[in-house]
Amino acid sequence: MDPALRPSIDEVWHWLAEVPDPEIPVISLTDLGIIRDVAWREDTLVVTVTPTYSGCPATTIINLDIETALAEKGLSKVKLERQLSPAWTTDWISAEGREKLRDYGIAPPIDGTAADGVLMKRIDRLSGRSNLTIACPRCGSANTEKISQFGSTPCKASYRCTDCLEPFDYFKCI
Amino acid sequence: MARAALEPAVDQAALLEFLLRIGDNALILGHRVSEWCGHAPALEEDIALANTALDLIGQTQLWLGLAGEVEGKGRSADDLAYLRDGYDFRNILLVERPNGDFGKTLMRQFLFDAWHYLLLKALKGSTETRIAEIAEKAFKEVSYHLDRSRDLVIRLGDGTAESHSRMQAALDDLWPYTGEMFAADAVDAALAEAGVIAEPQSLKPGWDEIVTEAFTEGTLKKPADGYMHKGGRRGVHTEHLGFILSEMQFLQRAYPGATW
Repeated sequence: MDPALRPSIDEVWHWLAEVPDPEIPVISLTDLGIIRDVAWREDTLVVTVTPTYSGCPATTIINLDIETALAEKGLSKVKLERQLSPAWTTDWISAEGREKLRDYGIAPPIDGTAADGVLMKRIDRLSGRSNLTIACPRCGSANTEKISQFGSTPCKASYRCTDCLEPFDYFKCI
Repeated sequence: MARAALEPAVDQAALLEFLLRIGDNALILGHRVSEWCGHAPALEEDIALANTALDLIGQTQLWLGLAGEVEGKGRSADDLAYLRDGYDFRNILLVERPNGDFGKTLMRQFLFDAWHYLLLKALKGSTETRIAEIAEKAFKEVSYHLDRSRDLVIRLGDGTAESHSRMQAALDDLWPYTGEMFAADAVDAALAEAGVIAEPQSLKPGWDEIVTEAFTEGTLKKPADGYMHKGGRRGVHTEHLGFILSEMQFLQRAYPGATW
């Protein structure tokens, strides 16, 4: 591409901010924090992407969506590079992205609460109590309980509100 | 320029062997756990098992992808998974044990997770950057696996008379397959020397602590260390691996190169 006609890096970031996550379409790839870098390498635009979970089936769709979105903007020479380290963390989900998740019915992650392999206290485990206060995204009540640490996609856990009784997804920390 | 200076300090054959071992563990256990999909005793458990399997298969792609790169013969992670024969697989025998009942599947998972967690934790400090990066990623996922399998082993061990007896039977049955996790050979020695991996035996005290704590709380009796089955790490497997491969590799064997 003629260097004079190239879109600016900022412009590319704006375009990527419009590409929805394939599984949670209310948030974009930039909200999710998985786009690590955008740069020109000679006449090729290099987009560096980090996977959320190793086995997340959305990864290949995400790559395809990025290529498609950029091709629609007239960029044909695009290279996607995978970056594993630093490993993706939910801490990178934007403040705006967290609000969009809540509005969509998914409780956003509470930073710093990822599993660390340390056994929780027996009383907390047996009562199903979580060491987190996760507000119900539907009614806002803090009276919620964990159903399972795993949920509908690798990134979510299953919770239930004990006030409005609504089951909901919690975007768990990693 | 001196050619020697350009040569990697780490024995590449040993590195490949290690990557196949860790990758095959994730692949075979991932396949085993995925056999539960649609059959678990509760929906939440079905989902948890499928997610665990998915994480393991994802990690397999990273480990075997790197193995193919190190090997340098143009083989992809898929090639290594689908086109090798049983004697080329390097997984430990524990992960190819049949699922049995739900309790046995969980006990196998717990024995493996406690070790996998410590193994990856140590590998995060590997002198081989590509290994450290994969370990950093996988460690986060495996921390959740350990949380779940340990919680359920304790609950079912300290549950009803029926669940307790099944968990004890599972533990007694699987215990002789745990020794292989800490066995070491020349490959381990060479890589430990170069700081690529930790000595397998060095993970044993931490593992003992995790499993003993859970067994005590789950009222399960830890079996005495006796004869330990070994062989998977050098390609000598039980008959169960063949059945796994015949199912897993069928499509690529019958329709070579098929894609979708």
